[in-house]
Amino acid sequence: MQFMLLFSRQGKLRLQKWYVPLSDKEKKKITRELVQTVLARKPKMCSFLEWRDLKIVYKRYASLYFCCAIEDQDNELITLEIIHRYVELLDKYFGSVCELDIIFNFEKAYFILDEFLLGGEAQETSKKNVLKAIEQADLLQEVSTQSVTSEHLCKCIATPQ
Amino acid sequence: MSDVVEKTLTALPGLFESQTGAAKITNRLRQLIKSITELTSKHEEENLIKRELSAIKEQVSSPNTTMKQMREIMVRAMYCEMLGYDASFTYIHAIKLAQQGGVLEKRVGYLAVSLFLNEGHELLLLLVNTVLKDLQSTNLIEVCMALTVVAQVFPKDMIPAVLPLVEDKLSHPKEIIRRKAVLALYKFYLIAPNQVQHIHAKFCKALSDKDPGVMASSLHIYLQLIRESPDSYKDLTGSFVTILKQVLGGKLPVDFNYHSVPAPWLQIQLLRILSLLGKEDQSTSELMYEVLDESLRRAEMNHNITYAILYECVKAVYTIHPKAELLEKAARCIGNFVLSPKINLKYLGLKALTYVVQHDAKLALQHQMTIIECLDHSDFTIKRETLELLFRITNAQNVTVIVEKMLDFLCYVPIKTLTFAPDNSWFIQTMNDVFSIGGDLLQQDDPNNFLRLLAEGKPEEDDQLRLYAVESYLTVLKGHTSHLPQCFLQVMSWVLGEYAHLQESVDRREVIRLLTQLLDQRSVSSETRVWILSALTKIPEGQTDLILDLAESLSSSQDTVLRQQAQELRHLSQDSQLREWVLVENSCAVDSSLSFLDGFVSEALAAGAAPYKPPHQRQEELSLNLEPYSFSLPVSLSSCSITDRQSPTLLSVSSGLSGNSAELSTLILEGVKRVWGKDGYLPQKEATAPPVDEPSAAVQPASQQEAAERIEPRPEPSTQNQDKQQLASSLFVGLGVGSSVSLLGKSEAPPPRFRKKPRPHESSSSSGTSKRSSDSSSRSSRNTTDSFLYGSFPEEEPATSISTFDHTPKSTTANGLSQNKDTKEDRHANTSQILGGDMVIVRPSTIQDKHPPSVSSDLTALLPADLKDLPHSDVISLTSDPSLSLSSCRLFRDEALLLVIFISNCTETVIKDVAVQLTCEELKVCTGNVMDCLEARSTSVCHYALLMDDPHTNVSLTGTVSYQTQPGHTNTLPFSGTLSTADFIRPLVVTTEEYGKLWLSLSHDVKQNLKLLTDAGDPLRTTLNALKDALQLHVVDIIGSEGIVACRLLSGAPCLLHCRVNGAALAMWLRSPHPALPDFILYHCQRALAHH
Repeated sequence: MQFMLLFSRQGKLRLQKWYVPLSDKEKKKITRELVQTVLARKPKMCSFLEWRDLKIVYKRYASLYFCCAIEDQDNELITLEIIHRYVELLDKYFGSVCELDIIFNFEKAYFILDEFLLGGEAQETSKKNVLKAIEQADLLQEVSTQSVTSEHLCKCIATPQ
Repeated sequence: MSDVVEKTLTALPGLFESQTGAAKITNRLRQLIKSITELTSKHEEENLIKRELSAIKEQVSSPNTTMKQMREIMVRAMYCEMLGYDASFTYIHAIKLAQQGGVLEKRVGYLAVSLFLNEGHELLLLLVNTVLKDLQSTNLIEVCMALTVVAQVFPKDMIPAVLPLVEDKLSHPKEIIRRKAVLALYKFYLIAPNQVQHIHAKFCKALSDKDPGVMASSLHIYLQLIRESPDSYKDLTGSFVTILKQVLGGKLPVDFNYHSVPAPWLQIQLLRILSLLGKEDQSTSELMYEVLDESLRRAEMNHNITYAILYECVKAVYTIHPKAELLEKAARCIGNFVLSPKINLKYLGLKALTYVVQHDAKLALQHQMTIIECLDHSDFTIKRETLELLFRITNAQNVTVIVEKMLDFLCYVPIKTLTFAPDNSWFIQTMNDVFSIGGDLLQQDDPNNFLRLLAEGKPEEDDQLRLYAVESYLTVLKGHTSHLPQCFLQVMSWVLGEYAHLQESVDRREVIRLLTQLLDQRSVSSETRVWILSALTKIPEGQTDLILDLAESLSSSQDTVLRQQAQELRHLSQDSQLREWVLVENSCAVDSSLSFLDGFVSEALAAGAAPYKPPHQRQEELSLNLEPYSFSLPVSLSSCSITDRQSPTLLSVSSGLSGNSAELSTLILEGVKRVWGKDGYLPQKEATAPPVDEPSAAVQPASQQEAAERIEPRPEPSTQNQDKQQLASSLFVGLGVGSSVSLLGKSEAPPPRFRKKPRPHESSSSSGTSKRSSDSSSRSSRNTTDSFLYGSFPEEEPATSISTFDHTPKSTTANGLSQNKDTKEDRHANTSQILGGDMVIVRPSTIQDKHPPSVSSDLTALLPADLKDLPHSDVISLTSDPSLSLSSCRLFRDEALLLVIFISNCTETVIKDVAVQLTCEELKVCTGNVMDCLEARSTSVCHYALLMDDPHTNVSLTGTVSYQTQPGHTNTLPFSGTLSTADFIRPLVVTTEEYGKLWLSLSHDVKQNLKLLTDAGDPLRTTLNALKDALQLHVVDIIGSEGIVACRLLSGAPCLLHCRVNGAALAMWLRSPHPALPDFILYHCQRALAHH
């Protein structure tokens, strides 16, 4: 996998992970182009598109688009399932995850991603093992940082983006 | 105010840290995010972030900032970077955080580093010591973090420093550490393969690790290694096969299951490795047949993940040494993909087909109709993949159609395809299209390849092609040229420069004038100007005056290159001797080995230059490039094209020392066999494809004729399908094994929707063939059923149905004594029509009955012989006046509805010039006829074929009949009538299996609950029979509480109905390729059941 992007329906980037060295300028350009292309696609269209010499695999979960770039010889369907497994992991970790969880705890989302994919390859596909690794590292975290008061989130939901 | 608080807090870190510190930390980020979401404009966001960043900057440089605060700051900095703002001043602090912080800070620090810094970033060097320290830490979490960062970003040059430590971790007791170490080594292998050469044995140990996660991670390395040199790892085939068998057998812990499929990622990785190992190696392939077979068999569940595995499996089966049995199974899998209604699977099916047609072109034949449909798919991704597939099956016979398709979709025409061009004019014309549409989007090679094709041929052989090109370009240049893309202008000017002299009739002055005109255009780029000028250099001979004018005007040009060329031009045109010497008329020999450079090269070597290395070797050493730069021989496009008279294809001027390089061989002109006119693309078809050694116009018509012949025996489909099938036959021509191969595919898996059982009505409308008479018995039995339909009698009452089966209007309308309740109903319907109320369309008998029937019962006997045997409706009177009476009858042919109009002369005199005009907005009225005169008391028949392409609920017909009772006195008699869609529904006879396949391939569906007829013993059967009788449906099968029914709109779009008893209702699910058809059929079903 070359990179993974998470962005909202409004085109706001929520997470970016690059597995190939690119300059910041290039990253920005790619992100802009891809967000535009993917958002322009209709819901019934297929989840793959050819873009430059890469394959883009994307899937929408609620208001969030997950988008991966793979090489041509890679398997598109399994990439879709990688996205799905990542969502499952997030879901299990946050407890029915929503976009706001990822916005406010994006560094956690990164930690989970790093336990799941490393250097662009699937590192650990067992859900239990990934979460175990995360929990172990989290144990050192103070209790107070973890508690996310739902009041705050509700206020944020009310304000339109 | 908050600043004050902030400062207080930073000044007293110890006081607050334990209590409020953490809460405040998350609050700052939350505040930032919240205030960003509240903003309305980009400008405001910029300002806010700018303020935020300067606050961060202030904080990070403050000596009082604690590590804990730093962690929070870093998260905010990451957020700002993600929004696209530059926070590079925090990079160094990220490294510091990783270095100095506690475990929690370290975690964020490492994350920030991996997000902020690229592999090549110089700050990474500062991280090396931290990583070294953490790798040796006793805290497992720190080791994990260090390995994670190493596997993501690490400076290549520093690998040797950490390598021993990472290697050690391969034997760490914790599996998570072993796993991360393996992936770190994988990363090292990718960026610097030489560094990890010596630890192959350790990879092997990782492969046999007892933890499946570690083993799976090691497969990444193996996949890479085997991709590079499959031969070195053949001995591992057995191990990989065993692992895959164990995975399939469910030997892994359930944790690794994904949607109850055991370790799919592992399976896919193994399948990839196996396909690499088994490629072109029979004995290795034999080891894996069994496990591949099992894989194919196991992956049955209907979930994306199994499809992912299946796809990889199919690819493996087609990559390794072939085994017929497996190939067959794989082909079936591809069929499932291609026919799937899920668009993602369809895409993968096309991709698999694209891969597979290289091995087995016949497979494309089986799916041709799907492919044709995909060509018009609204999703560009699908379209593109289809084009890719078409590109792979291009051969001499179908090239024209395929290229046309490609041009339609925008110009992505690889020149290679065009080497199959059937004749000169087509080739040039197509290339013109390619250049003018695709223009500057084309790959740079394409114009060059094209010119090479023109240039390479022997003079006498290819002069015709060149001549054609010259002529065609002159025509183009005479028109509007400002919109033409630069590369097309370049091609044209080169060709004119080279070959204008071939065309005797063309005035050279004219050519020069056209080219000069181009120079004056502002839109022409300076590079193109160079091409034009060099063309002008080649032409002039004897046109000195024009050239001198031109040179004069250009000598003041601002472009130095142009000025220089103008000078050269002037000199050459004035000095004919020099000219002859420079521009040799006959083509010169090309020294492809570039031996003339030998002296130069040996001189350079003696002077200490590095020997030439091919680019791929150079790349590897790039990082260690400590030697002085070696000589390079740059050749620019323009400089080459000015002087290279033979060909502008840019023979890459590389040193003769490189000799054997593979890329070079494609560029050597000498002795190259022209690809032009090469035999068809696929090995299988070589035997049958007509030889196309020379591009000749004869080839194309022949193949088309062949195609046409193959289509002919098939039944006539509706025009839309016909178009598609014609397209299919032209696209897929030449892919079959023998010329007798049916274009519609092999019998194993033909595209189901177009498969028809041969039926007598379809064969032709002509009568008198022996086949026809032998079929008539079967038809007459069908007739009976059909008339059941029109009489709307349930099958349980065969006795009464006979009375309606004499096709006379009497029995249904006039015979009021009939006891049958259906007949009553029919009468009722007719009455309501007479009353002018809303049309009641229960059955096909809906032609409006304006007058009481007075038609004799033997009218049907007047039907033409060839129509007599068709199922028909009752004869209904249309209109009448004292002299003429009109009645009509509908005949149900499979591909059309025939409307027969009987015109009876009620008078004792001859009626002349009887002409019937029939119009209908919704239908295509195909044939009609007119008679000159109608004898007294006689009846004449004319018939119209009505075609319905798009369903309409009601179709109204209007018409007039004009006639002359006395010369000069024309009477007209209007009539009108209504038809229903039901008249156009035909049963679709398919088997349950075909139904299943067809069902999957259809996209539009409608679901609705209908009334279930419960008055009889078997409600489902009764209801279906009622529907079958009312509309001409074919009941395919009834299984338990479900029934499947099929029909089609004439011989066009099919519609499949799936009916299930759901309590007291009938759940009806309709599917059809036609978006509106299910609705109409549903409507008629509702009506039929309501009136039952």
